[in-house]
Amino acid sequence: MINKEPVIKVKNMVKKFGTFVANDNLNFEVYKGEIFGFIGANGAGKTTAIRILCGLSTPTSGEMNVAGYDIYHQTEKIKKNIGYMSQKFSLYEDLTIAENIRFFGGVYGMKITERKARTEEMLERLDLMAFKNRKIGDLPLGWKQKLAFSIAILHNPKIVFLDEPTGGVDPITRRQFWNLIYEAVQKGITVFVTTHYMDEAEYCDRVSIMSEGQIVALDTPENLKKQYNAKNMDEVFLKIAR
Amino acid sequence: MIEVQNIRKQYGDVVALENVSLSIQRGELFGLIGPDGAGKTSLMRILMSLLLPTAGSASMDNLDVVKEYKKVRLITGYMPGRFSLYPDLTVEENLKFFATVFGTTIEENYHLIKDIYQQIEPFKTRRAGQLSGGMKQKLALSCALIHKPEILILDEPTTGVDAVSRKEFWEMLKRLKNMGITILVSTPYMDEATLCDRIALIQEGKIMSVATPEEMMHSFPEELWTVSSRKIYNTSKILEIIPSLISVNSFGQVLHLVTAKGQHTTESIREFLTKNGEHDITVESDKATIEDVFILLMQKHNQTI
Repeated sequence: MINKEPVIKVKNMVKKFGTFVANDNLNFEVYKGEIFGFIGANGAGKTTAIRILCGLSTPTSGEMNVAGYDIYHQTEKIKKNIGYMSQKFSLYEDLTIAENIRFFGGVYGMKITERKARTEEMLERLDLMAFKNRKIGDLPLGWKQKLAFSIAILHNPKIVFLDEPTGGVDPITRRQFWNLIYEAVQKGITVFVTTHYMDEAEYCDRVSIMSEGQIVALDTPENLKKQYNAKNMDEVFLKIAR
Repeated sequence: MIEVQNIRKQYGDVVALENVSLSIQRGELFGLIGPDGAGKTSLMRILMSLLLPTAGSASMDNLDVVKEYKKVRLITGYMPGRFSLYPDLTVEENLKFFATVFGTTIEENYHLIKDIYQQIEPFKTRRAGQLSGGMKQKLALSCALIHKPEILILDEPTTGVDAVSRKEFWEMLKRLKNMGITILVSTPYMDEATLCDRIALIQEGKIMSVATPEEMMHSFPEELWTVSSRKIYNTSKILEIIPSLISVNSFGQVLHLVTAKGQHTTESIREFLTKNGEHDITVESDKATIEDVFILLMQKHNQTI
């Protein structure tokens, strides 16, 4: 981090569904190369905001810029420059590991030579070379999630959005997953992540906490703990959300 | 109250449960702790008579779950992992439906669900499909309780639920336990284990350990140290080569270093780190959490295959 060049700029973001205000005037910036935690209770408006930033939903009002592109007019450019993974949608279960990589490489418009090189490198890194012709559906959840993350950054995006990537994953794999995140950050990728594990909030450079459509706190974990006189992020969250 | 003997469940070549035995006492709040794919749901579905075991037997209140499944269903309440109420029925209609199926009425057992149901009662004319996650969960629990079951089986009720709602949910479980209901609950969140009377740690279809959370934490066979520094990612890389290392894992803002018993002191660890260029570090001897126990058991399990 340290470098305060913003890759996501959000000004007065509002999203309404009928009379319901899901995002109520959000303002924040995410800096290049940081791990930005996006925390909040169920229904606080996190997924709505992520969908807008990924170009999948149009805001009601506000100014937003993602990876240098405008959220209203350049959503296709945004999609090329970001990666996305969630706990629910990961990969195609009926395709093999290699087929999934080929498919997503194609979707991202990668050159064949580049895709092949990146595939080799990735399978080596994950120790999955021997399993490349296995169907995704046959793999344990932990492997799927690590693979889904690696595929989400296959095209070397500027930003990767992770929506509860470690839900239900065993404690060892959960930590291996975070090591992959750190490696991605070291390559200069910005990480935008949501989680319900409060120990994972500690691993973020900065954390924003949402409640009822608004951002109620945004700072480094260290400063948040000081500000709320809490010994860990779990306590911070309970103090804010209760 | 719940007896499980040598249960095995196989789906084709995949072994979901391998020789699982458990004994749960009346009135106990018992936790089944393990990640996705560990076999928690298979075991619960077998107990609920929704799935037949490949081998072994199980009984609930001395009723065999295969031979006497109809009686078993009358005394048990079940909350599956996936929301499985009728989305097109209203909150009240769902509750009424479940009461009627079991030959009772909402009024008769209202006292059991009062605390929980009151929170969603203002929305009782809303369709269940339109409720928020937290409200769906409360409705599902109300429906599982409306026939006054002796045993409650809850499959990952807090998965994907935020930290605040999770705490509230466990407070509700405590109250139900105090009413005398035996509860079997599964969760992938290790921190919730300490809220149970006893827990079983389950991984890849096998029960690794059964004990009270306190016993489990006290019987940690190795030595554990909490290490903190300014850049814990770097520090953890360095600790990966410390002699007598068993594991080093991040736990929020600190590292948990596990070493073989009697091999290190806080000074020897600090010295090792300083020698490798780490400054501004603190090292303290610490007690293991359930997550530490789980990681250690998983590691040992992986080494034996």
